[in-house]
Order: sequence, then structure tokens, then C-alpha cells
Amino acid sequence: MAFTRPKLATGVRLHRDKVREQDVLLFPEGALVLNETALEVLDLVDGERTLDDIAAVLSERYEGANVKDDVAELLDGIGERGLVVEADG
Amino acid sequence: MAEWPEGAPHPLLLIAELTYRCPLHCPYCSNPTDIGASKYTDELPAEDWQRVFREAADLGVLQLALTGGEPMARKEIVDLTRTATEAGLYSTLVTSALPFPKRRVEALHEAGLDHVQISFQHADPGLADEIGGTIAFDRKVKAAALARELDFPLTVNCVLHRRNIDAVDSIIDMAVELGARRLELANTQYHGWATVNRDALMPTRAQLERGEEAVKAARERLGASLEILWVLPDYYEELPKPCMGGWAQDAALVQPNGDVLPCQAAASIPDIAIDNVRDKSLREIWLESEMFNAFRGTDWMQEPCRSCPLGRQHDDHGGCRCQALALTGDAAATDPVCQFSPHHDTIVAARREADDPEPAEPAPFVYRDLIPQ
Ligand code: SF4
Ligand code: SF4
Repeated sequence: MAFTRPKLATGVRLHRDKVREQDVLLFPEGALVLNETALEVLDLVDGERTLDDIAAVLSERYEGANVKDDVAELLDGIGERGLVVEADG
Repeated sequence: MAEWPEGAPHPLLLIAELTYRCPLHCPYCSNPTDIGASKYTDELPAEDWQRVFREAADLGVLQLALTGGEPMARKEIVDLTRTATEAGLYSTLVTSALPFPKRRVEALHEAGLDHVQISFQHADPGLADEIGGTIAFDRKVKAAALARELDFPLTVNCVLHRRNIDAVDSIIDMAVELGARRLELANTQYHGWATVNRDALMPTRAQLERGEEAVKAARERLGASLEILWVLPDYYEELPKPCMGGWAQDAALVQPNGDVLPCQAAASIPDIAIDNVRDKSLREIWLESEMFNAFRGTDWMQEPCRSCPLGRQHDDHGGCRCQALALTGDAAATDPVCQFSPHHDTIVAARREADDPEPAEPAPFVYRDLIPQ
């Protein structure tokens, strides 16, 4: 089930871990290390942009490559852990 | 700053025990039994805590637990939280929710508090208050509602033992009703006051099995809407867990007076110097203190860990040092929970006792109290 308009769940936020030089998603009692792709996608997840918007931004960045399925899959994976949810409305 | 020593771990978690004052009297409380001692009532000033939070962030700490006792009993809690936010730490308030005044909680929200965890003792109000030794249940329910109203992610925590483990089903229902996103069902770990109350707290094997079944069923029923953590008590396992992710690997705990430990019970280990953040930086303590280095890595291990038949040295780090001390008299021994420990029979005996179908009389609780010493 792909998201329409994803947003980070309450209490979930992006954080730059300067000590380990990596980006992480922080949430209650946990942290998820993000690779570059995941970071790029999550940076665009704001509860305003739709999945299509996010895919379009990234596609432009990568010379028109079709990335929608990859973005959907990535967000689904993070969504399964309750960290990304559907924005209201 | 000096270079980070090759291979030294970076901590992920800082447990800040801001005070041992607490309006509750839980008989399973993991705080030391001498919480009333003057060394603990001489609480670390707020400025020192703020410095420690900044130092923790510089060491690589990501998660901060503001706990106690009751952290809300520190009047500077809002300022402390703000400093944590500014340092980039993910902050959790671990609270009994007594007190949980609206103004203050709103201020905490504004100061950037990330997450609220409220403890419950049972799903039945009367029994809950009896276990906690205070009239608290209704206020906790109201506090949970307030936390949700302010859009905090909410964790409900319930420490399980003989007198509430049969209520796992209703505790799960309660967590759902309260709007919790996480439920921690933590079987009692036998440290601090829990050691004193072990006979009254230890569940039977049948109780544990029923509890585990209830958790499994609920997970299937509720899916991702409620994350349920279920931590088996060591006493019913054949292999130990890595205590705190391994001694001095992931976590540091600062006591109300500024003493720094690798885990809650480490102060029970005799003859190891304990450093205090009033005298040294957290970095110096983390890297160089006798306490943190005592059981870091694997060099300190004895048999059977040294030549472990399962090669688990890096998985469980030989188990819990404090439990090894409590049950064998030697903090460097293999945790007796391990089936290979020559002292495993102490664990088996404790289980057998708990399994006694009809204990002559249920052991009474010794309630946690701040007896001045
Ligand atoms: S376990 Fe109970 S007594 Fe101990 S600090 Fe928590 S609420 Fe207070
Ligand atoms: S012998 Fe030591 S390392 Fe091996 S399983 Fe037991 S406690 Fe773990």
C-alpha cells in the first residue's frame, strides 16, 4: 500500500549525527541510520508533497529517471515501522 | 579536542537520573536501596546537568532519558529539556506523571521534549495504587490524555511481576485506550528494590507463558498501531542478555549526585572507583574511568566465557555483571543465567521456588522509601 501524501509520524525527526558522520531518523528510544537515497527522500517528506511530487523532484535531479516505484517502496518500508504515516486529508 | 581513541565505542544513550525523589513507592524500583543516603540527596545543580548534556551530545549520544525517581520533581526540568533540545538530543521524559501540571507540560513541549513515557502499575485502579503505594491511577490517566492532547508520542510502561502479569490483556487494552503508540511490558529486573522483593515479585513459569501468549495475540490483532515490547526476565532464560548492550558500550547513567555508571546497578560492585561529573568531564569518565573500563571488551572474562562453547562473547558480553556479583560474589564471573555457568543452579533454584504452586503465604512488599541514612 503506497502513500499518497506521506509525513513523518509524531515524535520522529531527522538528525545529522556529526560524531558518526551519518544521518539518522530519531524516534522514541531508537535511531535508524539512513543511506543517501533514504535521506534524499525523507528530506522531501513534509506532509505537503504527495508521493508524485516527491518522485518528480527526484526524477528531475536524476535526469528524468523514473523513481516513483523506488520511492514508494522505500517509504513503505519505513512506514511498516510506524515512522512515516499518511498525512491527514 | 584530542583525537578519539581507535576502536573506543561512542555512547548512544544517556540516562539522566535527575533525582531519587518520587511520590510513588514501587517495590520493584530499580533505584538503589539507599536512595535516602545524603550522597544522593546532594543533587547535581542544573548548570552541571546542562554541561553534561552538551558533553554527551559531543560524545555521540543521540537519546536522552530524563528519569529518576520522578524527573518532574526537579523544578528546572524545563530548562534542562531546552538545553537537551539545543544540543540535538532526542529527549524522553520517563515519568510517574505525579505531578504532571498542564502549564509545565506545555512548557516542556515548547522546550522541545520529544517523547513522554508514563508508568502504570496495573490496569485496575485499586490494584495499581496498591502496588505503587500511592493514590495515582486516575492522575496517570489524565496525564496520558494531556500528553496526547499536546501531540506527544506516548509510551506506556508497565513493569511486570507476580501480582500484575495475569492482567497483561487488560494492560494492553488500557494502553490502546490511552492512545499510546508503544507499550513496554518489562518483566522485573532484579536490581535495587526488586532484589529485596524478589520472592514477592517473581512470576511462575505458567504466568510468564500466559503473558507471552497474550502479547503474541495482541500483536497480531493490533499490528503496527501499538508497538508492544516484551522483555523476558533473565531468570527464565538459559543464555544471558547483553546488559545495556554490553558494559560501557552504548550507555552511560548519571545518578542524581553526578556519579557516572555504565548501568543502574554498577554501584553495587565493590572496590571500583566511581567518578563524578562535578570533578571530570563526561568524556574523560567515559574513556578513562576505572568503572567504565572494568568490564569493557572481553579481556576481563573468566571461564567459561573465555572459551565459550557458543562463541557468544561479543553477543552477550558475558551477561550482567551486577547479577554475577549478586549471585556468585564475583562481578567478573559468568552471569549465572548462562547455562554454562557453574552457578546456574542458583537461578534454577529461584525458579523452582517461584513455581511452588502454593507458597505458604504471599510474600509482602517492602515499599521503596527515602529512609534517610
Ligand atoms: S519505579 Fe516507581 S518508585 Fe521507582 S522511580 Fe519509578 S515511579 Fe518512582
Ligand atoms: S559462557 Fe559467557 S559468553 Fe558464553 S553464552 Fe555464557 S555468558 Fe555468554
